[in-house]
Amino acid sequence: MSQTAIETRGLRRRFGGMVAVDGIDLMVTCGEAVAVLGPNGAGKTTLLRMLATLLRPSAGTVRLFDREVRDGGAAARRRVGFLSHRSFLYPDLTPTENLEFYARMFGVPTPGARVRSLIDEVGLAGWAHRPVRTLSRGLEQRCALARALLHAPDLLLLDEPFTGLDIDAGTMLRDTLRRAHAGGTTLLMTTHDMTRALEICGRAVILVHGRLVWDGSITEGRREEIERTYMAAAHAPHPILSTQHAARSTQDS
Amino acid sequence: MLALLRKDLQVELRTKETLASLLLLGLLTLVVLSFAFDPTSELRAEAAPGALWVAVIFAGALGLNRSFLAEGENDCLQGLLLCPVDRGTIYLAKTAGNFVFMMIAQLVIVPIFIFFFNLPLSLGLGGVFLSLALGVLGFAAVGTLFAAISVRTRAREVMLPLLLLPLVVPIFIGGVTVTGRVLAGKPLADVAPWLNLMVGFDLIFLVVGWLVFEYAVEE
Amino acid sequence: MRRLDTSLAAANLVVMLAAIYAVFVYVPTDKFQGIVQRIFYFHVPLAIMTFVAFGTVAVASALFLWRGGRGWDRLAHSSAEVGMLFCTLVLITGPIWAKPIWGTWWTWDARLTTTLILWLIYAGYLMLRSISGPGDQGARYAAIVGVVGAIDIPIINRSVYWWRTIHPAVLITREGGSGLGDPRMRLTLEICFLAFLLLFVWLVRIRNQSVHLRDRLEDMRRQVLAH
Repeated sequence: MSQTAIETRGLRRRFGGMVAVDGIDLMVTCGEAVAVLGPNGAGKTTLLRMLATLLRPSAGTVRLFDREVRDGGAAARRRVGFLSHRSFLYPDLTPTENLEFYARMFGVPTPGARVRSLIDEVGLAGWAHRPVRTLSRGLEQRCALARALLHAPDLLLLDEPFTGLDIDAGTMLRDTLRRAHAGGTTLLMTTHDMTRALEICGRAVILVHGRLVWDGSITEGRREEIERTYMAAAHAPHPILSTQHAARSTQDS
Repeated sequence: MLALLRKDLQVELRTKETLASLLLLGLLTLVVLSFAFDPTSELRAEAAPGALWVAVIFAGALGLNRSFLAEGENDCLQGLLLCPVDRGTIYLAKTAGNFVFMMIAQLVIVPIFIFFFNLPLSLGLGGVFLSLALGVLGFAAVGTLFAAISVRTRAREVMLPLLLLPLVVPIFIGGVTVTGRVLAGKPLADVAPWLNLMVGFDLIFLVVGWLVFEYAVEE
Repeated sequence: MRRLDTSLAAANLVVMLAAIYAVFVYVPTDKFQGIVQRIFYFHVPLAIMTFVAFGTVAVASALFLWRGGRGWDRLAHSSAEVGMLFCTLVLITGPIWAKPIWGTWWTWDARLTTTLILWLIYAGYLMLRSISGPGDQGARYAAIVGVVGAIDIPIINRSVYWWRTIHPAVLITREGGSGLGDPRMRLTLEICFLAFLLLFVWLVRIRNQSVHLRDRLEDMRRQVLAH
């Protein structure tokens, strides 16, 4: 059963006059683990947020699990987990309370038991009853990971999840992601870190100035080739400054 | 939706910040307004309903901001948006939460109000609370929508009252009138048209808020 | 487009001059109210256009929210600014008329009070826009204010009206154009109405173009900076 997890066509997003994501056609089949590489400002976060239905595209379509995301996309969200560098946790509540809340919101069948098991899995057991405000960033991120995994999503979207994590936490995250992937979860991860990308993902796409410039499988052997493509693309002249593009954009508005 | 409401209550119980602001601001306003009137004058009893509602509305306008501030801290609002619920449902839950908080605050403010303004205890307290409930509901309906907006703009402390106050004029006029009549001993039937107005206001803006909230909150 | 602009401006000028002539020279002085009554010919069309402007803001805002398209947003913004101008003038001409006639600067009658609240809503709208700066989000928020405000205005009007009937002490009902015996008064009113209608359209057009240019400039600036 090779179902499509993600399919986008002509996905675009502008902020005011600036085009952050410029016509992306992407297809990810179920069970893949894809790394999204690209320099800062390339549009990676924007792309991810559109896939998570947090942002409405300016143009183009997003299909998650073969159903088009329309009208807010509540149904799709049930199968998607999202992890970013903001934790989305209520600082005055404890991890247990936070997770139980989200579990209820996602309709997880046995919230109490599920929360307890996840807390153990991410190693938060000793801190589960103190307000999130008092936790260190590493612990907070663990809780955020638990939150993303709570409803056993079929698709995990991760926005630079390794940023700011110490080695311990980073290893735990990597192992958890690998486990999830082995269990059939589709992963889409933006990252700067080629090493992590290679450890977890089998495929990579490179995003530069809102466009996909490379798409293929990644192995240690191809690492150099990928890095070269990345560098070349990242230092290419900005397409916006060429007159053609400028004329086209102003006609849009 | 219930889960959301429960969470809001939980957070509030933990910190009590919103409740405290509502209470203190309300009381403060009542006190200050009391100074505006000579304690012995006749005018005081007539102006009393106005004073109560001014306190409710000002405290409310400033207190409402807090409910969305909490969501801002770890981008929790985004976390909420990730849940498989309609944006409209989030709006209703938030409005209900705000309504509950404001009404709890009224439980303390109204007695103090009666105290300060020397009003006879027996009459029409039920009517006063009814008008408060309707008014606060309408206020929460519009206020929650606009709080979601103002919390994300720069001059947020000013923005909410600025936008909100002109819009809740009908509630204010209605509330003051009903409170005044009821305290003067008139039967509820007397103020029926006003009550209808307030109910209408509440319904209309609950629906509008429910429809429009997603635009206020999504990007 | 230039031709339309020029002819619009020209028509505007002509009609406005005609209106001024009509108001100050042509029309006879009202028997009861005296010379001050002439303000009425400005006041009423201004008031009508204020509400037209706000209606435009509401509709354009709703369309913007529903369908997107910055054109709608620009229209809403321009209408709001021009509407604000007109609203201010209404609130100024009102008291000027009222004082000699009724002896007070301000009467709390339903229409004038509603206009005052409308002014406050406009002010909130414009302040929200200026604070948010250029950009989709600010526009969207303002649009919400526009729509909600428009829905609220009839309710506000009703409640103020009822409130006024409870306090008859200062009860003064405004004549909205009744008692215009002389046909010349009618004509003058119509000319003025046309003049202000044209003025409204012209001002909104100019403002709209100016906002459009500013938006494009801002877009280019952002694109360059993003590099």
